[in-house]
Amino acid sequence: MYIVRRWVTRNARSFEVFYRLTARVFHALDPLWAGLHRTPLERPFTAVEAWCKGILFDCRMCGRCRLSVTGMTCVMNCPKTIANGPCGGVREDGHCEVEPDMRCVWVEAWSGAQRMRGGMAIRTPQVPLNHAIDGTSAWLRLSTENLERRRDAVRRDAEGAS
Amino acid sequence: MNDVAAYPILDGYSSAGRLERVLRSGRFAVTAELNPPDSADPEDTFRQALVLSRVCDAINATDASGANCHMSSMGICALLTRAGYSPVLQISCRDRNRIAIQGDVLGAAAMGVHNILCLSGDGVETGDQPGAKPVFDLDSTSLLNTIRGMRDDAVFLSGRKITTPPRVFLGAAANPFSPPYDWRPLRLAKKIEAGAQFVQTQYCYDVDMLERYMAVVRDLGLHEKCFILVGVGPLASAKAARWIRANVPGVHIPDTVIDRLAGAEDQKREGKQICIDLISQIREIPGVSGVHVMAYRQEHLVTEIILDSGVLKNRIINPEAAERTAPSEEADPAS
Repeated sequence: MYIVRRWVTRNARSFEVFYRLTARVFHALDPLWAGLHRTPLERPFTAVEAWCKGILFDCRMCGRCRLSVTGMTCVMNCPKTIANGPCGGVREDGHCEVEPDMRCVWVEAWSGAQRMRGGMAIRTPQVPLNHAIDGTSAWLRLSTENLERRRDAVRRDAEGAS
Repeated sequence: MNDVAAYPILDGYSSAGRLERVLRSGRFAVTAELNPPDSADPEDTFRQALVLSRVCDAINATDASGANCHMSSMGICALLTRAGYSPVLQISCRDRNRIAIQGDVLGAAAMGVHNILCLSGDGVETGDQPGAKPVFDLDSTSLLNTIRGMRDDAVFLSGRKITTPPRVFLGAAANPFSPPYDWRPLRLAKKIEAGAQFVQTQYCYDVDMLERYMAVVRDLGLHEKCFILVGVGPLASAKAARWIRANVPGVHIPDTVIDRLAGAEDQKREGKQICIDLISQIREIPGVSGVHVMAYRQEHLVTEIILDSGVLKNRIINPEAAERTAPSEEADPAS
């Protein structure tokens, strides 16, 4: 919802803190989440994720959450889905050139980023989206990748020690 | 080197093109936009290029700007390179996905295109075919990064090897006149980080605003990493200026400019004079490397505007020859 999404951006700092805390709890349970990946339970899990993020951010389920580097604003709401905005068409009142009733998503992202402690990550160029993962769970992917990274690190340590 | 032998490239240069050489040698550069024809006749393109050719270091071939359908940038570049011109291929992410774009980059470089301008593109809703499917697979910044990878690392986005990389000078657009104003210089920094070597800005009608932008740009040292060409263009009348201000998002025209136009006896002539005055002021701003003239439907004025602004004065060593080839008022192919 537009109103909720703008409220989130205005409170980007609080959401950043909330995000860090929940991420810690979430990642503690990585083995559980990674276990769901590619099982029949993935679909209901993805539906819950889509519902939560839909209410808060108008999430479009691109499969790769970048909220922490885009001022807690889901930039998939940009009509051009620009990953490195804003474009040059922002109206003088800060509204979108394509949808004049909506604030430019990237103007919002920039204002959110200024409120966040790690907000300047918005200055790093983002790589193109992988459309092969459209509609899939970003959380499960994050967990699986995180777990694999940790296992790799453990393996490397073991190899280094032997 | 296994590059195209006909185009030797200077050390430290990305391309063999004239635009890069003019800019790197510290000369004030002039580029202009070609009005693409709604026709399949090559003569229509050549006619448009001819009126710009006297003063331009490169001619921009727009890619369905404003999401309106015209002859493609690739088509125009094919014609212009064949005729010996130095075009800037514009690539908009609106109409093609990453597979098509990377193929076009190789094809363009093979034809002798030395400059590519990376754009996200206007939304399809603004053009003559609002029912079209918008692509936006990449955006301007990731497009820059993609082409830089093709050129410098000789790989496609997938990592697959390219045997002869495209030696192109990479450009992007910038708009200092659109919100969020304090973010605009940082966005330029982002584009430079992704590979932009030159930028062409949106129309500038507010020199004070440009000065403020350039002050931040200089503080960040961006003018040393990227050549900045400021967009200019003559306004045909006060009515046209008001229409542009109301209907073209991203173009900022202050009241002072519109009042000056409205108060003039010959508004068209005044529009031209405003453009000349703007160029003279813009030239004095430290960090500006050139101007990009977008004289939509007034292309025949470009040569006069540039010569009258005096930005190329230092290049003239034979005033008599310059006088002989000066355009006359009657030469008006648009009428």
